[in-house]
Amino acid sequence: MRASFVFSEVVTGLRRNITMTIAMIITTAISLLLLGGGLLVVRMIDNTKELYQDKVQVNIYLTNDVSASDKQCQNDPCKGLRSALESDPAVQTVEFENRDQAYERFKRIFEAQPELVKLARPEALPSSFNVRLKNPDRPEVIVQTYQGRPGVDSIGDQSQFLDRFFSALNGVRNGTFFMAGLMAVAALLLISNTVQLSAFTRRTEVGIMRLVGATRWYTQLPFLLEAVVTGLTGALVATGLLVGLKLAFLDDVLAQPIKSGVVKAVEAGDIAFVAPILFLIATVVSAFTGYVTLRLYVRT
Amino acid sequence: MIRLEQVSKVYKTSTRPALENVSVEVDKGEFVFLIGASGSGKSTFLRLLLREEVPSKGRVYVANFDLTRMARRRVPRLRQSIGCVFQDFRLLANKTVAENVAFALEVIGKPRHTIRKVVPEVLELVGLEGKAGRMPHELSGGEQQRVAIARAFVNRPLMLLADEPTGNLDPDTSQDIMLLLERINRTGTTVLMATHDHSIVDSMRRRVVELDLGRVVRDDARGVYGVGR
Repeated sequence: MRASFVFSEVVTGLRRNITMTIAMIITTAISLLLLGGGLLVVRMIDNTKELYQDKVQVNIYLTNDVSASDKQCQNDPCKGLRSALESDPAVQTVEFENRDQAYERFKRIFEAQPELVKLARPEALPSSFNVRLKNPDRPEVIVQTYQGRPGVDSIGDQSQFLDRFFSALNGVRNGTFFMAGLMAVAALLLISNTVQLSAFTRRTEVGIMRLVGATRWYTQLPFLLEAVVTGLTGALVATGLLVGLKLAFLDDVLAQPIKSGVVKAVEAGDIAFVAPILFLIATVVSAFTGYVTLRLYVRT
Repeated sequence: MIRLEQVSKVYKTSTRPALENVSVEVDKGEFVFLIGASGSGKSTFLRLLLREEVPSKGRVYVANFDLTRMARRRVPRLRQSIGCVFQDFRLLANKTVAENVAFALEVIGKPRHTIRKVVPEVLELVGLEGKAGRMPHELSGGEQQRVAIARAFVNRPLMLLADEPTGNLDPDTSQDIMLLLERINRTGTTVLMATHDHSIVDSMRRRVVELDLGRVVRDDARGVYGVGR
């Protein structure tokens, strides 16, 4: 197999159908861009989950009379609850916060809204146990065990809020994957069409090749490589766009939540992780499409 | 070299067989004309030899290959031992004369130094030395057919199939092409030529196989075109 010959055939073929080649690269690139975006969201979800993993707490709020009478948690039922929690195998740490401390924290959080602080009274805030779990994925264990015990008013489970947050992110991910899938279909059809067109415009060459006894690989490899080259170019463009979008857009838009630690930033490393996947998919899919097309439509 | 044993070929789209019970044997080094009206089965005959078609019945042997039992992946090797020339030359318009000839070797993976050596040789054989750098459209019909013959012969095939090679040429040019085919035949290459050209067949006095409606109606060792009609 003469590499220079095959290579020059590929270049000629791509240049001959230059408009189709460009259309093919663009659709492939957009499809891969969406796929890459989806994968980045997946990574962001994972990273952000990690970020929250050790911060998720279950708050056990005590009833009003316990909050008012037992500020140091020295009597039952507060004392009993605390020792129960401390000896609970599912619990990692327990912190008691009385209503004065809660009020201090409240004032700190709402510093910017003094009228809200003015309205609030310490008496409106309950004492609570802030419980950190050994297994943050299973807060319902605590809820079931301590709900309704004497002195317990209600149990706040932060993970419920996080679940909603992550399900929104999952929605974004599914949406991008869906769009990526649609674009991928368009890209596949374009690749298939271009391979057919390419084979058709070169039917004289292919006819001669067959007559003089060129093997199937020799006649078909140029077409296959054409598809793969455009696929890879598409992957390259998609990666470039991902980097560009991160620098020009994503970093700005998410600057605030990233700084305050709400979400994890998309790092260059994340793109470096996603890019090889895009290249691999581009190669496999374009080669496969090219091969199937040649099998189905081009006589050898 | 070529042996057809009771070969019939029926195309799916046709009720009448294209070839019916045809048995022909051609020895190595022979020069054979295949004649007959359009639709008599000449093209099917040639396509069977190239294994572009397989017979519906009977057996086809070419150069010790049993074409009826041949695996698809071995077809290229068969075709490398057969050269082909057509009425419409089938040259690549965007390649020079030398590149057109070299193409036939490139696509079967011949090394570059071999190509550089044999292409000028074969161009000289067909009388096109000095025209290696021309494009096909700069050549006359006769010259273009010489390029096609050079391409068919450059890999030194055992057999040359020519499908109406003089069909697009004037009588003088046709005569030149026939001289060239004769020359190739003298190197020991079997030549099988399908033609309508009475004067060529009559003047060459070679073996004539005539087909009519898919049957062999005549096989003369030194025939002319129109005998008995």
